[in-house]
Amino acid sequence: MTNIIDKPTTIPVGELTAKDFKTQLDVRWCAGCGDYSVLAQLQKLMPTLGIPRENFCVVSGIGCSSRFPYYVNVYGFHTMHGRALPVASGIKIANPNLSVWVITGDGDGMAIGGNHFIHAIRRNMDLKILLLNNQIYSMTKGQYSPTSPQFAKTKSSPFGVLDYPFNPVSLALGSGATFAARSSASNPKHLSYVMERAAKHKGISFVEIYSNCVIFTDGAFEKWTDKHFVDENSIFLEDGKTLVYGQNRDKGIIIDDLQPKSVKIGEQYTEADLIKYNEKNLALAQMIATMSYDNDLPRPFGVFYDIEKPSYNELVNKQIEDIINRSGRGDVNKLLLGDDYWEIK
Amino acid sequence: MEKRIEIIEDVTVRFAGDSGDGMQLTGTLFAKNCGAIGDDVNTFPDYPSEIRPPSDTLYGVSAYQVHFGSKKMNTMGDKIDVLFAMNAASLKVNLPYLKKDAIIIVNSAGFGPNNLKLAKYASNPLEDGSLSIYKVISIDIPSIMKEELKDLSLQVKQVERTKNFFALGIAYWMFSEPLDITIQWLKTKFGKKIEIYESNVRALKAGYKYAEESPEFEFRYQVPKAQMKPGFYRNITGNEAVALGLVAASEKSGLPLYLGSYPITPATEILHHLSGYKQYGVKILQAEDEIAGIASAIGASFAGNLAATTTSGPGLSLKVESLGLAVIMELPLVVVDVQRAGPSTGMPTKPEQSDLFLAMFGRHGEAPIPIIAARSANDCFYATYEAAQIALKYMTPVFVLSDGYLAQGTEPWLVPTIEELPDFEFEFAKDPNEYKPYKRNPQTLARMWSIPGMKGFEHQIGGLEKENITGIVSQDPLNHQLMTELRAKKVAGIVQDIPNATVEGEQSGDLLIIGWGSTYGAIKNAFDKLRKQGHKLSFVHLRWLNPFPANLGEIINKFDRIFIPEGNMGQLAFIIQAKFLRPVLGYHKIQGKPFTAIEIEQQLLKLLKEEK
Repeated sequence: MTNIIDKPTTIPVGELTAKDFKTQLDVRWCAGCGDYSVLAQLQKLMPTLGIPRENFCVVSGIGCSSRFPYYVNVYGFHTMHGRALPVASGIKIANPNLSVWVITGDGDGMAIGGNHFIHAIRRNMDLKILLLNNQIYSMTKGQYSPTSPQFAKTKSSPFGVLDYPFNPVSLALGSGATFAARSSASNPKHLSYVMERAAKHKGISFVEIYSNCVIFTDGAFEKWTDKHFVDENSIFLEDGKTLVYGQNRDKGIIIDDLQPKSVKIGEQYTEADLIKYNEKNLALAQMIATMSYDNDLPRPFGVFYDIEKPSYNELVNKQIEDIINRSGRGDVNKLLLGDDYWEIK
Repeated sequence: MEKRIEIIEDVTVRFAGDSGDGMQLTGTLFAKNCGAIGDDVNTFPDYPSEIRPPSDTLYGVSAYQVHFGSKKMNTMGDKIDVLFAMNAASLKVNLPYLKKDAIIIVNSAGFGPNNLKLAKYASNPLEDGSLSIYKVISIDIPSIMKEELKDLSLQVKQVERTKNFFALGIAYWMFSEPLDITIQWLKTKFGKKIEIYESNVRALKAGYKYAEESPEFEFRYQVPKAQMKPGFYRNITGNEAVALGLVAASEKSGLPLYLGSYPITPATEILHHLSGYKQYGVKILQAEDEIAGIASAIGASFAGNLAATTTSGPGLSLKVESLGLAVIMELPLVVVDVQRAGPSTGMPTKPEQSDLFLAMFGRHGEAPIPIIAARSANDCFYATYEAAQIALKYMTPVFVLSDGYLAQGTEPWLVPTIEELPDFEFEFAKDPNEYKPYKRNPQTLARMWSIPGMKGFEHQIGGLEKENITGIVSQDPLNHQLMTELRAKKVAGIVQDIPNATVEGEQSGDLLIIGWGSTYGAIKNAFDKLRKQGHKLSFVHLRWLNPFPANLGEIINKFDRIFIPEGNMGQLAFIIQAKFLRPVLGYHKIQGKPFTAIEIEQQLLKLLKEEK
């Protein structure tokens, strides 16, 4: 088996195309579902990474977005509700050469899989998580999820949701993510950029993707993603650049009283007063992430945080390697015998 | 002074004291000595679930029981022949388990006013005559040791701490055993800490000498050697045997071992042992919960490792959904359940056999899983190894049922070599053009296995029902029935790899005892004793509980009555009755303690009397 696991992990870019990553199954999401866009981006991205097709794994939980693996022609594993991350962790530890992608949703990843979410991130498992957020349980026909806005009316909250929503990016950062980003299915160009960044990051990559559900929460993200509003209501983070937004690029974010604040550029403030974004600054990333649900501030998209540190799968295999290098491969017969044996003649 | 020698076939000794008195070590060393001189040994530790309970209290008592002798012991021993009690509390707690004429050796220094108060004794049992049915030998061990060690200028506490080796020295004299193995052990362990080595060796010798010289010790025992197969032996607990079974299976199969686990009593030692085996390539994820433990193991199996998860009752409850996934994915997985008293948190350190239903039926949907139950600590090794063989050959999760008794008890294990162990039969798919994820081996019905990294075998499967052969998602009604039947047929077909059951005693007749799991020892001892007395009896012990051995029905039909003692409310009995349509006489002990041979014997005698 070692020959399978140890084989080289790169092929020339261009050998494969997006078509090679499509399966023969008809995609069965509703017409207009945001998930189509994410699927197309992934199929476009995979052949550009120089990774042989057989070294990709797509793992999912349960929900609309979790049907993903059936549509990507690599090794696909559609697991249980909420459990994609531990299954994917086992796959990655067993074979660290694989590129393992986890597709989850706001219900699957934030509710039933919440515990696995924080721990997989804490361990910095080298997995690429795409959380397709539609703010609803759509597969079960419309109950509120952990990212549904408070007071939203859904089938299980006819008088309004009482829960406060999770902010997935903040949760990921708080769990120790080494890469956290947000994009939107309705912005393929940005999505493709963020997904490529995620693919190239070593360690856990977390990407929250706003994916509009045309049936149950249609228009939920319009305010931040529609071309008429996006410039005024959203801000795109870029490493080393100042936080500017607005149709006329005339607004920006400053730190005021240790909090982000939106200001007009020109009179009281110049561009020099604005925050210069730094993807390696955790405190800044966490602060900017808090802007997400603040109605007076633009919603941040882009890469919030990107640092490198060894992943669990790397460390667990390295620990084994180091010990074997130091003391040699163990002799199982000696292990069975132990230290405290005797002989009966 | 020449003392008389009494020859005995087997004897049960219990070392008891406060949690800090080193009784576990004393018992372990004594057990090893007994094994090394050629006796069979069976042990069981009995210690509080609290980590450092207040000293000298009743709930702080720690004990280690050693049953040894010249035949196969099979159990930890029913009643105690010789009790070593280091303080008042340990005497009080263990009195109910003594034989009528037992010998009690007490450390009188542990019976001061404060000890008595903490042990809730109104008067000193050493003085009030309440122990008159026993032979009590009272020794002020610390005073003797103070004298023995006076040249070493040790602290009072250090002198105190040697009392367990003094007791061990007495035990070696009483059972005519040599001191050198333990002295050698002390040298290896403490050779560099000369004070500890010296003081304990002196304590061991002082105890031996005391017993030899004191007129209170009127005789010593001689236990003849048992008929042990020649070879290398070690004492092993069931939990360590499981860990070694997994490593051996990994070595022999050539697949790296992956363990996804979460700490839980009494299964945690398996995780402890395996986490030390990095040199053997063992990969471990101590997961965030029981679900992640098994789910990650399923992932590792999908990626081609020999995957296992280990747990106990409450953890198994949490793994139930994942087991269904392993069944429908048809992936190999070893699931070890070290059963403990339930429901809920129950009695975490106490054994029970009450997870059989959960293992057999505890899943939604039709989801059969093969089950093997270990019958002894040694058998935990072989049961685990066999489970791995079946899991890989048939592409299925397999249960190994152990319990808290087997997990912690020890017996000498004739250590096998890897070369002697049976080979594994499984293969990865070879031809991508012929590959279909659910194409089956016609003999075993195992599906073809290909893993990420294998070019040309890419496939997409999951927990949704799939079309036969292609593995493509399917909700076709007839296909679901077909797949359900195929999965059931595959598990039932494992019977071809399971040896036929063998009947001990009469091959047909009145009363057949059926045992499973850790009840083996108690049943076997009771059975042998009654057969020796001329009673007509028969005994079958089951290891594979799903599927049953092919000839079990045939055997059952040769007997008028079937008797199943088990550590639950009759779970195997329920299954046997349902499967073979024969009434079963049950005998249920749900006390967090294993059966004793005497209990089984008495029950059998009652049944034999009722015979028409």
